Amino acid sequence: MVTLVGILDLARFQFAMTTIFHFFFVPMSIGLGVVVSIMETMYVIKKDEIYKKMAQFWGKIFLLSFAVGVVTGLIQEFQFGMNWSEYSRYVGDIFGSLLAIEALVAFFAESTFIGLWSFTWDRFKPSIHVLFIWITTIGSAISSLWILAANSFMQNPVGYAIDNHMGRAELKSFGALLSNRQLWVEFPHVVVGTLVTAGFLVAGMSAFKLLKLKKNDKEVLFFRKSINIALIVGLVGVVGALATGDKHAFELQSMQPMKYAAMEGVDKTITSSERKDKAQPWSLISVTNPDTHKVIARIEIPYVLSILGNHSLTGGNTTGTTELEKQLEKQYGKTHGDIKNYYVPENTLFYAFRVMAVGAGGLMMLGLVALWMNRRKTQLIHTQRWFLWILGIATFVPFIINTAGWLVTELGRYPWVVYGLMPISAAVSPNVSVLSLLISNIIYFLTFATLGGIMIWLSRRVLHAGPNAEETEELSPSDPYDNLAKGAEA
Amino acid sequence: MTILEIIWFVLIGVLWAGFFFLEGFDFGIGMQFALNARDQKDREALYQAIGPNWDANEVWLVTAGGATFAAFPAWYASLFSGFYLMLFIVLLSLIYRGVSFEFREHMPTIQGTQLWERLIALTSFLVPFFLGMIFTAMVSGMPIDARGNLSAGFFDYVTPFSLVGGVAVSLMSYVHGLNYTRLRIDGKLRTRALKQLEYLYPILLAGEALFAVLLFFYTDFIQTQTVWTLSILVVIVLTTVIGWLLAIKQKMEKLPFVLSGLTLVEVVVLLFVGLFPRVMVANNPLHTLNIMNTSSSTYTLKVMTIVVVTALPVTLGYQIWSFWVFRKRIVSHKVVE
Repeated sequence: MVTLVGILDLARFQFAMTTIFHFFFVPMSIGLGVVVSIMETMYVIKKDEIYKKMAQFWGKIFLLSFAVGVVTGLIQEFQFGMNWSEYSRYVGDIFGSLLAIEALVAFFAESTFIGLWSFTWDRFKPSIHVLFIWITTIGSAISSLWILAANSFMQNPVGYAIDNHMGRAELKSFGALLSNRQLWVEFPHVVVGTLVTAGFLVAGMSAFKLLKLKKNDKEVLFFRKSINIALIVGLVGVVGALATGDKHAFELQSMQPMKYAAMEGVDKTITSSERKDKAQPWSLISVTNPDTHKVIARIEIPYVLSILGNHSLTGGNTTGTTELEKQLEKQYGKTHGDIKNYYVPENTLFYAFRVMAVGAGGLMMLGLVALWMNRRKTQLIHTQRWFLWILGIATFVPFIINTAGWLVTELGRYPWVVYGLMPISAAVSPNVSVLSLLISNIIYFLTFATLGGIMIWLSRRVLHAGPNAEETEELSPSDPYDNLAKGAEA
Repeated sequence: MTILEIIWFVLIGVLWAGFFFLEGFDFGIGMQFALNARDQKDREALYQAIGPNWDANEVWLVTAGGATFAAFPAWYASLFSGFYLMLFIVLLSLIYRGVSFEFREHMPTIQGTQLWERLIALTSFLVPFFLGMIFTAMVSGMPIDARGNLSAGFFDYVTPFSLVGGVAVSLMSYVHGLNYTRLRIDGKLRTRALKQLEYLYPILLAGEALFAVLLFFYTDFIQTQTVWTLSILVVIVLTTVIGWLLAIKQKMEKLPFVLSGLTLVEVVVLLFVGLFPRVMVANNPLHTLNIMNTSSSTYTLKVMTIVVVTALPVTLGYQIWSFWVFRKRIVSHKVVE
């Protein structure tokens, strides 16, 4: 068989595909957990049935996203051993322990309490029942802490030492893993990202529903209230995302300068003291030639990179990618002479970063306008159909932003699987055949396309049926179920 | 070999045993979507019987995998890359099985619902079948190189022994699931479960005997751990016989359920005792992976032990509480309060 692509390419493609697909559903389900928890808490406090209906209705979307999130998460647990066995041997001492703790302290809690939550609406009083959804939500947020601690180790390895006899990295300080400064910029950023995702999802789906509802329909109130709750969560998320994102990028300057330089399109080092305005300009648009790694076109805005990178109107320096390449070659030449270059995919990082920033800014304005138009005394939001369309389409924006964020983080790690420690090429399983990887890639792809399609289809169906749909309606009229525990919740 | 290493070898065995005890009946219930249910009410009752718990039961598998990664990274690496396609099928089955439970109730037509329910039945068979195959192949000696990489051909994975191992684990799970039906569901499902058990118990016993014979030819367990291996084999058969008598003759429910779970646990014990102190058997004894050459550092094992000692009691506490909450028997038209 002629080998067109190697196992390394296929394994990398698989990792990208499976993690991106998984991460559509992770922020969606964690964020929806927060939104549903808030709705049910309002029901407990205000004792108004509409909040119970909200928690149950959005809870259906939450359960769907949770199911797909869980099963695609299984792949993550397996694929390090399946596709990256050399990686697993080299850093399993550190990385494996974090995955095991994630399962033990978080997965058990979320899976047990989501079962309790969805099956006991009529068996516990509301003030107890609401605890189940909170524990589920907190459990899933805690799971992200552990997996991000693992990812942070790959981005910025700390608390380890190399054991030459065993030929691997070994854990020396568990505390250092948990106080990794990469973790404490990455974890908050991901958590607020989940709020953005769920906030604009609930608001967007409500907007689509309002487009279908007549002005005096009794469900209008339900969806307008949903929009308010969701957008407050979403806006808290957006503000948090901008703040934590700024902090994250700032820290990159010292942790991963090549990633930072590529994100900002800096090929030649900028020294602010040598410039007339004593400030670093920021590129709004920049095109890098992927072969020469030189920027061939750009549009600059003065001062902005000093503001972002130096947190001051002027000053600060940014080392360019060309200079960094030379530095890194010198730094790692002796230990990793086989690495050909340290350049990262500049254009992808540059634009993925701008997608995040522009997307978050856009969502913030949209959210504020939507809240204003949705004030109690006015019908404004319901009469401006064009606006509902925009809010509806914005449902998908956080998903694009989330993906962009991971592209920056993971592609910017190139050529390392563990930064400065282990190159990607050394991490792959040597004994897995191209054929095995092709088969698994193709089947995963088809599976994800199917699951993604069904998710969207079922979410639309749930939305179409609305919050007042009886559970029994979902069953064929020729074969009606009697109310089982699940049906009794309606 | 340190105490910590042995503790973690045992703990991974405990996690697998817990997984097969708990998810074993989930698989058995899943297979009954095709093999016992007659109509949609039956299938809904089957779903209700495991609906709140199956997800948490599956976490035992995830934790077993994670614990292997943490405590014996080189074992995890060799096992998961070496049994690539079989684990891929397991993974794919778990994916479709997991979403099927959620998707089935949202389908607009009865045909749509049944499509997912067929998938539940199929995948509930495939997972224990392939896990059984992987475990039996793992203990019977595989082509592993000096680095620990396993590169095997079709007939290394698929042998009479591994096939019998796969069928045996599926059948044990199915019997366990029928016993769970007897325990948790009322009505015709329950009556039919007993009828099926009547002829499945003897088949299971025959299967166990065949497995024991093949174990002698395909592994070195009888030579290396003679007394242990033979005693556990006897215990497995005895557990099955007692379960059979209690279920069929005495019409008991709780005890046969516990016993069918125990047979699965005992199979895990058999494999782990036979392996000890190895973790994966190579054709070339020099390349066999063992506890010593695959384990994590003492520091990591210490940290992990502290985490487990702290977290496991709490985890077990709320899982048991959850089972207690859902202890009521389900009939195929309503929940008995």
